[in-house]
Amino acid sequence: MHADPKGVLTGVHFLDGDHACCEGAIAAGCRAAFGYPITPSTEVVERISQRLPLVGGVFVQMEDEIASSIAIQGAAWGGKKVMTVSSGPGISLMQEHIGLAAMTETPCVFVNVQRGGPSTGLPTLPSQADMMQARWGSHGDYETIAISPNSPQECFDLTIHAFNLAERYRVPVLVMMDESVGHMTERVVIPHPEQIKIESRSVPTGPKEQYQPYAAGEDMVPPMAPVGEGYRFHVTGLTHNDKGYPVMSAEVQEHLVRRLVDKIRLNANKIAMVEEEQTEDADVILVAYGITSRVVLRTLHLAREKGLKVGVFRPVVVWPFPEKRLRELAEKVKAIVVVELNYGQVFLEVERIVCGRTRTELVPHGGGELHDPKDILRVVEELS
Amino acid sequence: MSDQHVNPVEPYLRMDRMPHIWCPGCGIGIVVNCFVRALNQSGIDADTLAVVSGIGCTGRFAGYINLDSFHTTHGRPIPFATGLKIAKPELKVLVFSGEGDLVSIGGNHLIHAARRNSDIKVFCVNNFTYAMTGGQVGPTAPVHSIATTTPYGAYDRPFNLPFLADSTGAVYVARWTTYHVRQLTRSMVEALNKPGFCFVEIITPCPTIYQRRNRLGDGLEAMRYYKRFSKVINGANTRMVGLELKGPIIVGKFIDRDRPTLLEAMNDEFSSKLGAKYKPYPTGVSR
Repeated sequence: MHADPKGVLTGVHFLDGDHACCEGAIAAGCRAAFGYPITPSTEVVERISQRLPLVGGVFVQMEDEIASSIAIQGAAWGGKKVMTVSSGPGISLMQEHIGLAAMTETPCVFVNVQRGGPSTGLPTLPSQADMMQARWGSHGDYETIAISPNSPQECFDLTIHAFNLAERYRVPVLVMMDESVGHMTERVVIPHPEQIKIESRSVPTGPKEQYQPYAAGEDMVPPMAPVGEGYRFHVTGLTHNDKGYPVMSAEVQEHLVRRLVDKIRLNANKIAMVEEEQTEDADVILVAYGITSRVVLRTLHLAREKGLKVGVFRPVVVWPFPEKRLRELAEKVKAIVVVELNYGQVFLEVERIVCGRTRTELVPHGGGELHDPKDILRVVEELS
Repeated sequence: MSDQHVNPVEPYLRMDRMPHIWCPGCGIGIVVNCFVRALNQSGIDADTLAVVSGIGCTGRFAGYINLDSFHTTHGRPIPFATGLKIAKPELKVLVFSGEGDLVSIGGNHLIHAARRNSDIKVFCVNNFTYAMTGGQVGPTAPVHSIATTTPYGAYDRPFNLPFLADSTGAVYVARWTTYHVRQLTRSMVEALNKPGFCFVEIITPCPTIYQRRNRLGDGLEAMRYYKRFSKVINGANTRMVGLELKGPIIVGKFIDRDRPTLLEAMNDEFSSKLGAKYKPYPTGVSR
């Protein structure tokens, strides 16, 4: 399926990441959005409040982030493609409903324009310190998909991808931007609607009275019935059986939670999206995502000028982590260096995956600014 | 046995989920009965009505009623319902939950949905306690009432729910007790068919916990109390209908007025500002 032309501003634009993200959502078919202002994500809700009325959609600024994060889920069950946007403390308030979306398998997109924390932290400055929260910030066991764009163009492209993945796997998908990407302005090319591929949730085809809302086939993703058409289904955040009824037992918990986790973990290779730069001959691999993946490119060039064989491995989809490819690289390099704007979140995952196959190092940063490429270079020089 | 012995409520219940969890003497079952009768009388196609509940004893309603039903998170059925209604305006959306859910943890959502005139109906079962967790003090618990977390008596002032809903903008506000089944059913019909944010409070006995701790007798005793101490004052000033322990209960239809729903107001504003560029969004309302 292609994008609805009504929502697509085909052409070349000069946009910041927040605005590009909004255009990506609309191109993807988002027609209901709810949000609450918070720096540095406010520009997304400002633009969507202006744009949605013109394309047949609705935006409501809700009373808080808790309301926003569940209003989108009501709207998703009402048949819309939906999104909410926040940062920092607002994302913390939304965590319970990321869990609800995972448990009830509600397709929805959460955009997190990351800022420095903890608590009120650095509202106007970047960080990448919500990466573990993106994975397991709500209580209980579940899997999400998290995507990390590094430019306004990618804010457009990957927001569309986020909607498609949310619909395909019926999971909350998190677009993990940061203040730098959100506020940087660059050239953004919006393609013709026919070049934009759009996916939508699968719907049941059998008799309504036999519909079981949580009975999944081999793909582990159950079809999602539309509301108001006589299916009379039940949706609950309680542990539930295939019929959607609550059942308090270890067996039903195992059956349900295992599937919620497996539908992402067992599809990790399909979901994986990686960019590599000069990894073929590399001795040292820099692992970075989001804005930091652009900073390490500078380090790569500085290192190559000095004759050091450095490559870059960038998980575009950070969760589930593209571990197969990283493990292959770990077999043949001297060191893997994780560069991130936190004190070691994705690094923990990289250490687990590398599992002693080669040396691993972290170049952390507390946020508020980006790494200096030369600081990263010094670490590379020590390891080369 | 012939078909005439089938309870008329049964087709609307998920009988494969019976028995339910509610205690003997609990009033929630009466409210469910009134709701199903109201649904029958309302002329609404049951396939086009979705119910949303939160967490708590009353929150279990969504699981027992055979309609499209959503059992959401604690305190949040109202914003879920607002999202659902906006996405599919032709749907009727009912929130059916308890006072702890809707007024304490969810209080912010209640007042904002009323302010916006979100086109949802809220049936609030008020049993004065957090019954599912064993009887802690709630936002409507009368002063001096005993709960597990107010072992010496509640001392903070409770919410007067009709006044709260009225003052924040609800277009329909009524209160009944589970003794007033006919009046309650009629109010439910009116609310279900009225555009905008409608709020019905239902005073409901909790014999296992609230009645017992406060020495108010069993479920039957509660009915005797409701019968004796209730006074119907339709159109009463909601400021005057606050409740006290063992005090009188003013019941009735207090508010019935009209103003544009959230989506109607949105269309009015955008049409006036954007002109032909704006295609009005469906509202689900015919006036």
